[in-house]
Formats: sequence, C-alpha cells, structure tokens
Amino acid sequence: MSLVKLTIDGNKVEVPAGTTIYKAAKQMDIDIPILCYMDLKDLNIENKPGGCRICSVEVEGRRNLAPSCSTDVTEGMVVKTNTMRVINARRTVMELILSDHPKDCLSCAKSGNCDLQDMAVKLGIREIPGQEYAEMSTYRLDTSPSIIRDLDKCIMCRRCETMCNDFQTVGALHAVNRGFNAVVAPAFEMNLEHSPCTYCGQCVAVCPTGALTEVDHTAKVIRALNDPTKTVVVQTAPAVRAALGEEFGMEPGTRVTGQMVTALKQLGFDYVFDTDFAADLTIMEEGTELLGRLKKHLEGDENVKLPILTSCCPGWVNFFEYNFPDLKDVPSTARSPQQMFGAIAKTYFADKIKVDRKDMVVISIMPCLAKKYECQREEFSVDGNPDVDFSISTRELAHLIKQANMDLNKLKEDEFDAPLGESSGAAVIFGATGGVIEAATRTAYELHTGKTLDKIDFKQLRGMEGIRSATVDFDGLDINIGIAHGLGNARKLLDEVRAGKSKYHAIEVMACPGGCIGGGGQPLHHGDASILQARIKAIYDEDEGKTIRKSHENPYIVKLYDEFLGEPLSEKAHELLHTHYFDKRKKIFQV
Amino acid sequence: MSSVKIELRQDQIDKIHTICDSFGNQSGELINVLHKCQETFGYLPAEVQEVIAEKMEMSAAKVYGVVTFYSFFTMIPKGKHPISICTGTACYVRGAETVLNEFKKQLEIEVGETDVNGVFSLSCLRCVGACGLAPVVQVGDKTYGRVAPDDVKAIIKDYID
Ligand code: SF4
Ligand code: SF4
Ligand code: SF4
Ligand code: FES
Ligand code: FES
Repeated sequence: MSLVKLTIDGNKVEVPAGTTIYKAAKQMDIDIPILCYMDLKDLNIENKPGGCRICSVEVEGRRNLAPSCSTDVTEGMVVKTNTMRVINARRTVMELILSDHPKDCLSCAKSGNCDLQDMAVKLGIREIPGQEYAEMSTYRLDTSPSIIRDLDKCIMCRRCETMCNDFQTVGALHAVNRGFNAVVAPAFEMNLEHSPCTYCGQCVAVCPTGALTEVDHTAKVIRALNDPTKTVVVQTAPAVRAALGEEFGMEPGTRVTGQMVTALKQLGFDYVFDTDFAADLTIMEEGTELLGRLKKHLEGDENVKLPILTSCCPGWVNFFEYNFPDLKDVPSTARSPQQMFGAIAKTYFADKIKVDRKDMVVISIMPCLAKKYECQREEFSVDGNPDVDFSISTRELAHLIKQANMDLNKLKEDEFDAPLGESSGAAVIFGATGGVIEAATRTAYELHTGKTLDKIDFKQLRGMEGIRSATVDFDGLDINIGIAHGLGNARKLLDEVRAGKSKYHAIEVMACPGGCIGGGGQPLHHGDASILQARIKAIYDEDEGKTIRKSHENPYIVKLYDEFLGEPLSEKAHELLHTHYFDKRKKIFQV
Repeated sequence: MSSVKIELRQDQIDKIHTICDSFGNQSGELINVLHKCQETFGYLPAEVQEVIAEKMEMSAAKVYGVVTFYSFFTMIPKGKHPISICTGTACYVRGAETVLNEFKKQLEIEVGETDVNGVFSLSCLRCVGACGLAPVVQVGDKTYGRVAPDDVKAIIKDYID
C-alpha cells in the first residue's frame, strides 16, 4: 500500500493512502472532536455520514474547512486542527445543533454520559445565539417495553441506523423525511413496538444523545424495596459483574461480584441471588434436549431438526420470530436463564419460604434491554403475575448504587444467598460469546459419554470473530458447533439452516457484540473492543476460580431436581422451564 | 403517514412483483421501482411499500425513508382533479406563490394533501415549459395561464358540479 506524507499541527506523519485526516491525527494522539462519526473498528462498523461538521479542520490551499472524518489525506497536505477559524466553526456548528435541542439536561437520562453535553462543555458554549427565534422540531415520544425514543434530542448522526441495519441487519430504523422534519424512525413512523426491532439495545448503546435510552425502572425498584408487604428477590446476570465497576471508574475487566452483592444487600433486597444458578439449569435442560435430538437424529428420525439453536438471548429470539418464523421449531425450547430463575423463584423458592407469589417481587439486573421486554411476555406469567416483575440494566444498577450514596470501590465483598445463589463456572461464561455452548459441551459430553472430562476448557470455542466454528470430539462422535454474535452474523448461519446446508449440530447465537458483555444495557464501550476483551477475560477468570465448573455438578441444581423437578425435560420442567415461539411477522404493521 | 388502510388484491401484488422483477430486484433501482409503482397506483400506500420491501429484500423502514425523502412520492391518493401549480422560476417571479396560497386557503389543504371529499389535491411542479403563460396552473389535463389569485375561485368552481 502506498504511503502518503502530510503535516498535522506542524508535525509530519506518514499514513497509508486512503486514510482519513481524522484517523491520521488520531495516530499522532490528536483527538479531533467528533459527533456523528463512529468507528467500531473491531466490529467492522463505520458510520461516516459527514453530516455534523464538528470535526472540521483547516487544510492549506483549500477555501473551505474540511470534515476530517470523511476527508482522505493527500500527499503534502498541511492540516491544522486547532486554529481560531476551526474553533469558531466548531462553536458555530455546536450552537446550530443546540438551537434545535431541548435544554433539559438536568433531568435527561443521558446527563453525565452524553457526547453532545460533553461537546458543549468542551467547546465552552455559554449561550445559544438566536435561540429565542429558532423553531424547535418536535416529535412524539415513543415508549416501548425496552426503549424510549425521544427524537427531539436526535442530532441525525444516524449511528443507530448503522447498528440496526449494518451490524444487526434488523432494519427497524431509517432516516425518514427531509430537512427540518428529518428523523430516524421505523417504517411509516410506527412505534418501535410495531417494527422488527429486537430490543437488542445496540442503537441505544451508540446514540450520542438522550434520543435513545432504556426504559428506566429504578424508581420501581425503590418502591418495591420500600414496600414492607413485599419480599424482594434480585438476580444478577453473569455479564453485569464484569462491567459494573467501569461505572465507578474501575479498569475494564475488574470483577466486582462480591462488592455488587454487598451493594444489593445494603440496598435492602431480601434475597440476593444469581442468574448463574438458572444458567446451570438452562444447561441441564438445553444440554439434555440437544442430546435427545442428536440421538434421534443419529437413529435416522427425520422429524428431528438439527442443528439445535440456543435460546437464552431474548434479542435473538425476537429476531428469529420475525425473520425466520418458518424455523420456529429449530431453536431449543429452553427459556432464558432470566425466565427460568423467575419461574423457580416464584414456585420452588416461594414455597420454601412460604410466601405467596403475589407478595414476591423478582427483579433482574441484566446487561440487556431485550430482557425488559422478555419479562413482559404473556407466556411468562401466571394469572397476570409475571415470573420476573421487571428488569433493570447494569447502567441502572450503577445509578441506584450511586443514589444510595455508595461507592463500589469502597465496599467489602459478600456472597450470594443460598439456594439460588450457587453456580458453577459453566454458568458464569454465559456472559461471553461462545460461553453458552462451551457450558453445554461440558455437561453434554459427560452425560453422553459417561466419562469425566480431563480438560474442561474448550478454547476453540472462544474468541471475538463474528462467526466461529469448531468440532468437538464426543468420544468418537464429532459434534460440529457454530457460534455467532451480532444478528447480522446469526442471519448468515440461519440462512444456511433454511437452505438445508448447515453442517452444524448446534449453534449458539448472541445478539450483542462479544455476547452479553457487550449488551445494550452495559456501560458504554464506545466500540472499543479492548474493553469487551477485558470483560470476557474477567468472566473466564471467574470460571477458572470456581471449584465447580460443570452445571450438572452444582449441588443446588442436583437438589432442585431431586426435590422438585424430577429430571430434565420432565413434565414439571416443561411447564416451568420451556417455552414456544410465535410468528412475529404477522403482529407487525397491523396498527 | 397514510391514514387510509387498504387491502391489496393478489393481482395488484403480482403487478408490484413484476415491476420489482423488471428492475432485477436491485436495491439501487428502488427509486425507479417506486416511480413505476406510483405511476400504476397513483400513490404509494404503506401496503405497497411493504410488498416492495419484502420482494426486494430490504427493510420497510428504508423504503419508507426513500418515499418520504423525495417530494415526488406521495402516500396520499390524488384527488379526482389533481391541481398542480408551477413554481418554476418564471412562474415564481410572476406570483405563483400567491396563487398557491390562494388554492391552499380555498381548499383548506396543504401541498401534497387531498381534500376530505377526495376531489382536489394540491402539488407543485417545476417548469412545465409554458413560461410565456406564467404563472401556470394545471388541473388534470387542462392548463390555465396567467393565473391571478382572484381567478382561483372560478377555476375551482369549474370542477364542482
Ligand atoms: S434495539 Fe436493536 S433492533 Fe431495535 S432498533 Fe435498536 S438496534 Fe435495531
Ligand atoms: S437517535 Fe441518536 S443515534 Fe440515532 S440519529 Fe438520533 S442522535 Fe444519532
Ligand atoms: S446478547 Fe445478551 S445482552 Fe444482548 S440481547 Fe442477547 S441476552 Fe441481551
Ligand atoms: S464527525 Fe465528522 S462530520 Fe460529523
Ligand atoms: S416556470 Fe412555470 S412554466 Fe416555466
């Protein structure tokens, strides 16, 4: 590749042809401010509309300022990124954006974590000239079970569209209308609820403003905790402990399991349990289902569909219900760990502590926005009482802890309560891409062969590539495993299944980049894959530190089957731990 | 956003499919496909856009995004007598805008809308090549030249029986 020499702010630099000024500057540690541009390079996602012009720089010999994010370098170019002219232009751009932006920062959900706000601070904006006369574009608020769209705050960077269309291939959002009325919206400006949206939350994760935010349930949590008639039970997903610390200034990848438990106990939860317990349960059910299907398949039963698909990610479930309704009977029927937990908590555990399910509130802490929707699904309730009352994200938990004036850095470590707090290492790795299938492999292998694994780590299943495949030797029987994270990648594997060309026996799918550790409810990673890697490492470290690392060896799981469920796939297990899927395509656009 | 709810007949769906096929179902041809469909149906209701999206394997949001971006496309069925006002340069300088405003006032509709009875709809055109007659108004196939705001009432009356 040919190299191009140029000068930026007086220093010479050499970069490959085709590099943008922005990236060349970045190499020299010059951070040119950006708003609309987004480079999630490790996910191969770039958003480059060149629209906002906040990144303008001066190029010698050019009359106009150049948007550095979308202008390629040329030989001998002389660039200045911080002249008075540049600074003035940036301020003007910012003033223009702000003149059509609500001024309710004080109570905005993104406040303190908003790129637009940060930019206003950085540029020292103190007044917005002409704003008395400026007309404000207004748009109706759209509330869905997981996400709120407040498009008055949209700056048309179109990052969300890039995530939804290019990365997830969901296509729920697109820029519509022109000029002043332009917004990013679902088809026919329907609400998100009536679009193909999966609630994966990846649009929320990249929105630089408060235009896209999660439905915030922290007030509901406080209300439940203050209600003396309620027994409040909390479950925390594996990915939360690997990222929560970031909200308190800790290095990415710092594990805060024990501190998190302390914080939850101090907040006043009656029982602090672990979704990981239910993840072990998921493996028991899903693993047994896999082996059952596999056995029948090997016996030549043509009614049996392979590959089996994991079903623990509700974003993914929403995706296939809409895009692949014809393959409805391919995924495992096992409910997600969140829902298995809720079902067991409000039956087995409620009986144990003699509390009526109506007096029990089950709250989940999830890295995920799709879980907010999932716990509202009708099939996961009994007489209108949901198994999981509501779900809050990692970010919301951080807010709660801060509201209670606690600092995670200063808390001691504590342990989850028994019995639904005990889990194996296999459950912990659910939070990372490849983890669910590795956990399932550990159990399925031993159940199938009757032998004990001498090597528990299946490193061939780990990694960050969007699509991975591996073959695991089940004592002479080769099992082909496929793994996808990101729905665009999942779509590729599903297209193969639909065409009857899939070589896999089992496929794991996670909607979010890196798996749940990169979920839409996690602290914002701004596309930095090293943060995702660090979280993944934290998760595998926790696994390695556990004495029990296989789901079927979790003594509380063994006990649960003995006392209550019987065996995996029993009638009771089916009733409480399995589900069925719907053709969502029909439900959409019918308003 | 269209307020009319329609159900497409199978032959209409087939027609849309044929149009998409004739452009090779190429996403780059979306605008041409939409043009042809609008020619066929007179407008582009949501239902037509959905069929196009499905057939061309793209999201309905994208199709809708394109439809709402170009003022040429409309999701509202045209009135029985579509009124077009030329707003090309010659017509504009000779007062097309005041004529347009008079139509809006008389019909109580905006550009791109159709009145409640479905009789009149209002749109703007670029130069229709009759600059000598500016400002020019077309109602259906009929052309009116040198239109002044005061003439508007009479023009409308021509079509109310
Ligand atoms: S939540 Fe996911 S599927 Fe829904 S609009 Fe956002 S990116 Fe698209
Ligand atoms: S909703 Fe957010 S991410 Fe999407 S275009 Fe608007 S500001 Fe950008
Ligand atoms: S990958 Fe995890 S965080 Fe993302 S939608 Fe699925 S379950 Fe939720
Ligand atoms: S960041 Fe470069 S134009 Fe918006
Ligand atoms: S400008 Fe109206 S006819 Fe030419």
